Amino acid sequence: MAVILTEEEAKALLQKVLSFSKADECEVNLLGEIRGNLRYARNEVSTSGAMTNKDISVQSSFGKKVGVASIDEFDDASLEKVVRRSEELARLAPENPEHVGVMEPQQYIKSNGYFESTASITPDKRAEAVAKSLELSSKQGLAAAGFLEDRKGFTAMMNSKGLFAYYKNTNVNFSLTVRTDDGTGSGYVAKGYNDFNKLDTAAATKIAVQKSLASKGAKALEPGKYTVILEPTAASVLLESIFFGMDARSADEGRSFFSKPGGKTKLGEKIVDERVTFYSDPTHPDLPAAAWSGDGQPQAKTLWIDKGVVKNLSYSRFWAQKKGVKPVPNPNNMIMEGGTATLDEMIKSTKRGILVTKLWYIRPVDPQTLLLTGLTRDGTFYIEDGKIKYPIKNFRFNESPIIMLNNLETLGIPERVVSTESDLNYILPPMKIREFTFSSLSDAV
Amino acid sequence: MQLSGMGFGAMMLPNIPIVGNSVSPEALLEGGIDVALKKRLADAALNAAKSKGATYTDVRIGRYLRQFVITREDKVQNIVNTESYGVGVRVIANGCWGFAAVVDAKTEEDTARAAEEAVAIAKANARLMKQPVQLAPQKGYGEVSWKAPIERNSFEVPIKEKVDLLLGVNDAALKNGANYVNSVLFMVNEQKYFASSDGSYIDQDIHRIWPIFSVTTIDPKTGKFETRQALSAPVGMGYEYLQTNPKDKVTGITTRYNKGYDMLEDVISAAKQTKEKLAAKSVEAGKYDLVLDPSHLWLTIHESVGHPLELDRVLGYEANFAGTSFATLDKWQSKNFNYGSKEVNLFADKTQVGSLGAVGWDDEGVKTKQWDLVKEGTLVNYQAIRDQVHIIGEKESQGCCYADSWGSVQFQRMANVSLAAGKTPLSVSEMIKDVKKGIYIIGDGSFSIDQQRYNFQFGGQLYYEIKDGQIAGMLKDVAYQSNTQEFWNSCVKVCDERDYRLGGSFFDGKGQPQQVSAVSHGSSTARFNGVNVINTARKI
Repeated sequence: MAVILTEEEAKALLQKVLSFSKADECEVNLLGEIRGNLRYARNEVSTSGAMTNKDISVQSSFGKKVGVASIDEFDDASLEKVVRRSEELARLAPENPEHVGVMEPQQYIKSNGYFESTASITPDKRAEAVAKSLELSSKQGLAAAGFLEDRKGFTAMMNSKGLFAYYKNTNVNFSLTVRTDDGTGSGYVAKGYNDFNKLDTAAATKIAVQKSLASKGAKALEPGKYTVILEPTAASVLLESIFFGMDARSADEGRSFFSKPGGKTKLGEKIVDERVTFYSDPTHPDLPAAAWSGDGQPQAKTLWIDKGVVKNLSYSRFWAQKKGVKPVPNPNNMIMEGGTATLDEMIKSTKRGILVTKLWYIRPVDPQTLLLTGLTRDGTFYIEDGKIKYPIKNFRFNESPIIMLNNLETLGIPERVVSTESDLNYILPPMKIREFTFSSLSDAV
Repeated sequence: MQLSGMGFGAMMLPNIPIVGNSVSPEALLEGGIDVALKKRLADAALNAAKSKGATYTDVRIGRYLRQFVITREDKVQNIVNTESYGVGVRVIANGCWGFAAVVDAKTEEDTARAAEEAVAIAKANARLMKQPVQLAPQKGYGEVSWKAPIERNSFEVPIKEKVDLLLGVNDAALKNGANYVNSVLFMVNEQKYFASSDGSYIDQDIHRIWPIFSVTTIDPKTGKFETRQALSAPVGMGYEYLQTNPKDKVTGITTRYNKGYDMLEDVISAAKQTKEKLAAKSVEAGKYDLVLDPSHLWLTIHESVGHPLELDRVLGYEANFAGTSFATLDKWQSKNFNYGSKEVNLFADKTQVGSLGAVGWDDEGVKTKQWDLVKEGTLVNYQAIRDQVHIIGEKESQGCCYADSWGSVQFQRMANVSLAAGKTPLSVSEMIKDVKKGIYIIGDGSFSIDQQRYNFQFGGQLYYEIKDGQIAGMLKDVAYQSNTQEFWNSCVKVCDERDYRLGGSFFDGKGQPQQVSAVSHGSSTARFNGVNVINTARKI
C-alpha cells in the first residue's frame, strides 16, 4: 500500500479499523509521511537522508476509561490487533475524569497545502537546489552551511460517531548560514513554503551573503536600551512565547502571564499597543494549515489579539465544559497584521537604533512577565540618521514581548518566516520597537 | 542546546517528544526480534550496499521503548507507552555519505532496499563534495554485546506502583501548601543492534530514567506565583534510582541526592520552598562569589564546556544551527590556551556507570573510553568521531557518535563531560565559611548561551545569600551572566570527591533535522569569584 493515501483510500481504511471496534466509543487517527533532507557545511554536503513513516492510532473508551494504541502495519490482522489492544488498555485504565467523548461529525472549510512540485522532489533535485546556493557563496570565498528539508504527508481521522477529516500537505524549509573565511562575519536566511517552485535558493543565498559580508568588522556598542528594528525572523522567536502561552486553563489557575489576581484572566483586556492584531486562519493562501485539530474540532479564522485586546484564549473541550464556554482549539498557524512600511523606510525614519536580523537561544526567565533572554546573531547593525552605519557586536537581551509590543513604533509589511527556535512558519511583519533592553555584550560571531 | 518546554503552559515541564507507536506496558517486556535475525537483516543491507558500490556501510536496527507516566494533583493525565522499531543504513559511496531509514523493516528485502536508497542518495550528493569522506580505521569486534548494569528494569515495575508514587508525591505537595503540582516519570530502553562492513555485530541494551515534578504556589493577594522543580537527575539506571538510601542523600540547607532519589522528601521541601520564594528578598544586582551545587553546575558545564569542545562545531558543521565554537583549533594547537584556572580539570567519558552517556560501543562501532579535555586549566582535547578525528591528528575515534533513533543519521554527540573533584579535602560548609558576599545556587533554571559559547546567562531553583561565611536567607530574581573563559578562570575551589554528583540532560538538542541526546555531567560544589549577577524582576 502507498504511504500517502488519497482521501477515499484513507476513508476506506479508517472504516475498516472502526468495523473492528467493540468499545463504547472509538476514534482513529492515521498518518503517512515521507521526508527527505540535504545538509551541508564547509561548502560541501555532510549528512543527508530520507525517512518513511506511517502510523494508525486508536483510542477506545468505555465510559471514562480510555486506552490508546498504535501500529504501523496496515494489514487486516494488524488493524484488528491494534483495536483490541486499545480496548484492553481502556479496560485496565483508571477513570479519567477529564475525558470528554468523541465529537459529532463536523463541517470543515477547505484549505490546500499540497503541491506536486514538493511531493515529487528527488535526491537529484535537492542536490541541484543546493548546488545553486553553493555556487554563489563559493564565488565570494565564503563558508556556507545549510539545510534543505522537504516533507509530503497526510493525516486523517474518523470516529464511531461518523466524524471524518482528511488533510494532505507538503512543506519545504531551506536555511543557510554564510560565514566569512576569517570568521568575523556571518549572515543567515531561512525560507519556508508549501510549494517547492516558490523556493529560490539562489535569491535566498544572496541575502545571507550580503549580511555575512556587511557584518564584518563589527564594533562594540554599550549595552542598554535602544530603539530596534526586528526583522520578522527575529520577531518570530519572541512572539512565540505569547502564541504558545495563550492557554485558558493556566490563566484561570493563576499561573500564566494571562492570569490576574483573584482567579481572573486578561481575556478582554488591552495588553499591548492597539496596532497589534494576530489571528489564525487555515485558509490563508500564503500559510495554509489543516482545518481541523487532532480531536476533530474545526479550525476557522480566530482572532487571538485584536487591536491590542486579548480576544481568545484556547480552551480544551474539557476546560470549556467546566467553564461553560465554547471550546477554542489551539491554532494550527498564526498571522500578525502589519503596516505599510518597507524595511528600508523603517531604517530611514530611525535617528539612532539597531537592526536585528536574527535572535538565538531564547529561553524564558520569568513566566509572570514573559521575560525572555537570548542573543542577537548573524548580522546586527547600528543605524544613525536613517542609514545603516556599521555592523555591531552581538548583544544579550533581557526583554518581554509584552513590554516590547507596548513600546511599538512602526509595523512593516508582513511576510512568511521560519522560526529558528521551533521551525514553525508564521506570517509576521518587521517591527520597530523603542527601549529594547540589551544587558551585555557577546564576542560571538 | 538543552531543549526547553514550549511556552509556559500548564505543564511547566519539558516538552515531551513522543515518538513511536503506543503499545501496552506488557508489550514493552517482549523481547523484540532475535539477534540471529538481526544479523541476517544487517547482512542483507551490508551486501546490498556493497553490490551497489558502497565502500563502507553500517546498519542500525533499533527498538526504542519509552514509558511516560504523567500526573497532576490527584489525576493521572496520561500513561504513554511507545515502541519504535526500524532500520537505518548509512553508506559511503563515491566518497560521500548517504543514509536511508525504513520503519518496521523486518525482512531482508526491506533492509536491502534501505541500503540501495542510501547509496542512491550518496551518489546524487557526491557532486557536492570537495574531498571524499576520510574515515578513521576501526577494527571489527565480531559478535559482542553490552548491557547497562541495572538492578530493576523500570518496564517490569507495575504501572500501579508508578502511579501510586506520583500521586503520593502530588498529595504531599498539596498537603504542604502548594496550589499545583505536576509530576512525571520518564523511562527509556534502547535496544540497539549495530553492524558494519568493518565486521562488527554489536547488540546493546541501555536504560534511562528521569523522575521530575514542578510545584507551583500562588500568593492570592498579589497574584504572584513561584515554582520549584525537582532536584533529581536523569540517570542511566533502572527503577533502583527511586529507592532511597541515607548514604545517597546530601544534607544541608536543602537535601540533594546522589545515586538514589527520595522524590517524596524532595517534593515536601519544594512545596515549603515555593512559599519561602514568594517572601524572599529580590536580589540586588552586582558582583558576587557564587557557590554552585552540582544540581546546578551540570548545565553550565554542558553549555560552556561540553558544546564548545565538540569538534564538529569547532570545524563549522553546526554553523547553520547549534553554532560554532570560540575554542578554535589554533587555541588547542598553542597548548597553552587558558580555558580555566589551575583548579579546573574537565574530562569526557562514555563509560561512567549510572551516567546517561554510558555504552559499550558508540553508534559507529567504536569502543568507549574516558579522556581529558581541560587539564589544570589548559585546553588539551576535543570530542571527535571517525570522519573528523584525523583533523586533530588522532588515529582513532573517541567513540562519541550517536543517533537518537533508527530513523536518524548518527553524528558527533557530547560525551558525559564532567568537572573533576578537587584533590584537597574540602566540604561545602568549609567552602561557604570563606565567602564574604556570595550566592549559593541549587538546581538548574533558565539558561541561554551564544552560538560560539562565550556569553551565557543562567538561573537556578534555589538561591541563598551568603554574608560573611553564613547563609543569610533566600533570594529571588537571580540570574548570573558571564563569559566562558572568564567564568572558568574565576573558579577558585572545587569540593572534594565526597560531594561529587551527576546532573544531566534528557533532551539535549543538536543537528538538522534536530535530534535529542541524553548526557550526564558530574561535579562537586565549586566556587567562582566575582561573577556578575542581574535582577530579573520586571513590572508590566
